[in-house]
Amino acid sequence: MAVTTAASRNTRDNTIVLVGHGMVGQRFLEALADRGVTERSRVVVLCEEPRPAYDRVHLTSYFSEGASPEDLSMVEDGFMARHGIELHVGDPAVAVDRDSRTVTARSGLTVGYDTLVLATGSYPFVPPVPGRDAEGCFVYRTIEDLLAIEAYAQGVGSGAVVGGGLLGLEAAGALRGLGLDTHVVEFAPRLMPVQVDEDGGQALRRSVEGLGVSVHTGVGTQEITVGADGRVSGMALSDGSELPTGMVVFSAGVRPRDDLARACGLPVGERGGIVVDEQCRTQDPAVFAIGECALAADGRVYGLVAPGNEMAETAARTIAGDAGSFTGADLSTKLKLLGVDVASFGDAHGTTDGCLDVRYSDARSGIYRKLVVGSDGTLLGGILVGDVESYGVLRPLTGSVPPVAPEHLVLPAGAGAPVTLGPTALPDEAVICSCNNVTKGAIRGAVTDHACTSVQDVKKCTKAGSSCGSCVKVLGQLVTAELEASGVEVDKGMCPHFAQTRAELYEIVLALRLSSYRELLDGHGREEARGTDGCEICKPAVASILASLAPTVGASVHVLDGEQAALQDTNDHFLANMQKNGSYSIVPRIPGGEITPERLIVIGEVARDFGLYTKITGGQRIDLFGARVEQLPLIWTRLVDAGFESGHAYGKALRTVKSCVGQTWCRYGVQDSVRMAIDLELRYRGLRSPHKLKSAVSGCARECAEAQSKDFGVIATANGWNLYVGGNGGATPRHADLLAQDLSDAELVRLIDRFLMFYIRTAEPLERTSVWLQRIAGGLDHVRDVVVHDSLGICDELEALMAAHVAGYRDEWADTINDPERLSRFVSFVNAPDTPDPTVRFVPERGQIKPEPILLALTETVTA
Amino acid sequence: MTAMTDLTPPAAALSGTVELRTADGWLAVCAADELLPGRGVAALLPDGRQAALFRDRSGRLYAIGNVDPFTGAGVLSHGLVGTHQDRTYVASPLLKQRFDLADGRCLDDDTVAVDSYPVRVASAAAIAR
Ligand code: SRM
Ligand SMILES: Cc1cc2nc3c(=O)[nH]c(=O)nc-3n(C[C@H](O)[C@H](O)[C@H](O)COP(=O)(O)OP(=O)(O)OC[C@H]3O[C@@H](n4cnc5c(N)ncnc54)[C@H](O)[C@@H]3O)c2cc1C
Ligand code: SF4
Ligand code: FES
Repeated sequence: MAVTTAASRNTRDNTIVLVGHGMVGQRFLEALADRGVTERSRVVVLCEEPRPAYDRVHLTSYFSEGASPEDLSMVEDGFMARHGIELHVGDPAVAVDRDSRTVTARSGLTVGYDTLVLATGSYPFVPPVPGRDAEGCFVYRTIEDLLAIEAYAQGVGSGAVVGGGLLGLEAAGALRGLGLDTHVVEFAPRLMPVQVDEDGGQALRRSVEGLGVSVHTGVGTQEITVGADGRVSGMALSDGSELPTGMVVFSAGVRPRDDLARACGLPVGERGGIVVDEQCRTQDPAVFAIGECALAADGRVYGLVAPGNEMAETAARTIAGDAGSFTGADLSTKLKLLGVDVASFGDAHGTTDGCLDVRYSDARSGIYRKLVVGSDGTLLGGILVGDVESYGVLRPLTGSVPPVAPEHLVLPAGAGAPVTLGPTALPDEAVICSCNNVTKGAIRGAVTDHACTSVQDVKKCTKAGSSCGSCVKVLGQLVTAELEASGVEVDKGMCPHFAQTRAELYEIVLALRLSSYRELLDGHGREEARGTDGCEICKPAVASILASLAPTVGASVHVLDGEQAALQDTNDHFLANMQKNGSYSIVPRIPGGEITPERLIVIGEVARDFGLYTKITGGQRIDLFGARVEQLPLIWTRLVDAGFESGHAYGKALRTVKSCVGQTWCRYGVQDSVRMAIDLELRYRGLRSPHKLKSAVSGCARECAEAQSKDFGVIATANGWNLYVGGNGGATPRHADLLAQDLSDAELVRLIDRFLMFYIRTAEPLERTSVWLQRIAGGLDHVRDVVVHDSLGICDELEALMAAHVAGYRDEWADTINDPERLSRFVSFVNAPDTPDPTVRFVPERGQIKPEPILLALTETVTA
Repeated sequence: MTAMTDLTPPAAALSGTVELRTADGWLAVCAADELLPGRGVAALLPDGRQAALFRDRSGRLYAIGNVDPFTGAGVLSHGLVGTHQDRTYVASPLLKQRFDLADGRCLDDDTVAVDSYPVRVASAAAIAR
């Protein structure tokens, strides 16, 4: 018997039922809400999956960036309630009765509709090969698929993906990220056959192989072989070979989910897809179909979000009584897979009559660029492999005659290309964000008419950049240009004394080989600040720049020498951390957390003899608290004698490189994580930077050292090391991004050298790597281009700077206790060097000391 | 309290002994060249109180109370010196409030101030070095 919901809004004049709450379904609901349709109509949503709409496009980021299922959600908090939409999660539609205009769900719920919208998406196509149902075979479409893949991957060493298209490569990236030995099997003679041509395919293959994925093209999968336990054991290929593998992911294309429509007699295409007109209406005027389940008026089924979103808008407009049509869309794509850059847009294969192409190919660096140009010079499309920097500008230019000759658009920067084409060259009609169909004009309008002052604001206001993200870089450039043009004075200056950013000051210091703060302030500070004392923002910031560049610019390597002493933050000035009662703490370096019993005993003895509070820190070392200034040199003399050195707990500098026990002892370890942690800590010790730097090395993917929460984290693989960057604990935790995989020891160190020096060069004061990575234009991709592909040609210099740091390193404490002048500062009172500060007092707690709570004598200190 | 800081010769020429005036008269604190431009030192006063002495970039000397009124810790001498709208100040190393070195007023909270003391450099000739 049919049950009809007693909806709160059944007083509304009609009912819209949406079947399928995927990406396009959600966009449809937003479009309805924008047009006020949700005010007048009752809206009911039947959602098959156990969770509301989420960002399918970024599924792989679950593996690569540690996104959680919640992070992927596309539904803003409170959206459904605010618009009175009834969402039924985990309850798919099972039947449509067009005569009575009702939809029935699996739970038995039956809803009458005035308008029905089908947005049921696609299902992954699994070729009919024997063994395809064995345990260990998967598809890759939903969060549930992904969780299942992740769980199964724990027990196997290798995985194979059937299909080398866009999704297949994403799936391969995911398997690789899970630490599996990964294979891709593609029937066509090249990877991504739909998007790239033969030369592009070759360049792509090289970069995919460079990521440690084995590529097999031109071979079909004949059978999935199954072991005695019923689990996948390998694949039989059409060339007669066998590929042993522990699991298989099918990614051989998708098929529209048009079964509901078929069952209720709506016409579908020969190869599937619900037939719709330009308004996205099916043959039945009360029924619409949008997204991947629809066969559009141009005879195509689109497997991308951007066209789906356009259909959602079109259907919503039509339902709202506005004009709108969907006649076809661009198939531009950019692979999000980490480490492989490939983009294809417009008429990538040059099928237009009379078109010509312009190509640039450099097999050595894996770069291939092809632009397709019409006989009148119109840019029709293109393929970019290895370097997709220009995608953001080229795609919007498609369909117009670019302001520069096409050959200049394919040549690498500096190689005879006279101009780099910036986004300001684009016309206002150019679509900057193709996923959300946002034009340059709309973005400019967001800044000028809607008072947006940041990319964040503009994203919210226009939705540009909120889907695949490939337009975010250009978006940032446009927003800055527009702000500047509208006269918003963006004072990027570091403080009232310098109009420059820290990165600019760094360049000045390096270029002019300056070694003095005064010289910098008097020569390059703001006019009115020259000759002054500066402030507590610029002094430590410049001190840090001078310290990181000391050997190169000829400044003293010791931070307490000469003028540098006056610039340091208090903690650096006393080479110790000031505590709440004015006492200091002591943290000796314990590289990698490894320590001998003898050294532990020395620490214990020193703590006992000076009565210090002793605690194991969160950084795998030991902190001794409660020392008075004049005790610091005595304590450090004992520690230095026992072979300890400064742990730089006081500095914006390298703190610790944590380690797990690793291969040496742990049954799972695949590399010696302790040795690597010690090597890294000793290499980068003393390195001053814009903020503190933390690191960790784990011996396997179980990640006991929590490397993915570090500024640079290293995780062992069977083939070497994976390097993650930009992680953070603290107040705003962030999982690190994978920068490169399967590095040898030397490659790892070289890449970290470059990464750190590039960060030091370009970050703002007190900007952790996590914030920096998100702030700088181009983000991770740009950083990878610079430090992996040397796109700025500065890697040699970065490495040389680090080499100079490493060679110039000296222990600050050993140098201090051997220098009477530096030592003379370590007194409580300059006129009574033997008197301890009477305000530093302690009381006992749990067998140790703690600061005595201070009662402020306010009458004495407060005056009118 | 009023500003009672003495004008002293430029940094390079600074030699002699730094003295600070308390209720009991002038108190010799340290040799002038022990004061690094832009940094402070602490002095213990006869009544058990503490003063923080500073020298700025132009060689000018200042003395204010050393105890940070926001935390009760004797730490102002360990803070960083800076310039804000032509006033020279020290920022407390603990919670970063700034104090005007000339008169001890807190620049971030009008209701709070620390003591300030006159300072001078006793003639170099009078001191055997
Ligand atoms: C001692 C220690 C706590 C402990 O007893 O375990 C500690 C103590 C302090 N932390 Fe921490 N942090 C300590 C481990 C951590 C960790 C854990 C880790 O490193 O694995 C974190 C999270 C990881 C991270 O940084 O991403 C951590 C995140 C912070 C933050 C937040 C940073 C952020 O980016 O949000 C601050 C504040 C800041 O730096 O601005 C902070 C600041 C501080 C300061 C410096 C606060 C201050 O200015 O007085 C503390 C003084 C240390 C001292 O006096 O010696 N501490 N702090 C740990 C010293 C580790 C070491 O051996 O060097
Ligand atoms: C790993 C991956 C990466 C991708 N990368 C990109 C990319 O970079 N760029 C790009 O443009 N596109 C990409 N796509 C494709 C993109 O995700 C789809 O184009 C988009 O999700 C289509 O949206 P949709 O709403 O039509 O379908 P879907 O998002 O699949 O949503 C359909 C929903 O309907 C539900 N449903 C089906 N039948 C019923 C029923 N009877 N009752 C109730 N609910 C039902 C399904 O469970 C599903 O939740 C990617 C896809 C994947 C899987
Ligand atoms: S990360 Fe791996 S190797 Fe290291 S301790 Fe954990 S399980 Fe063992
Ligand atoms: S182009 Fe995909 S989010 Fe803008």
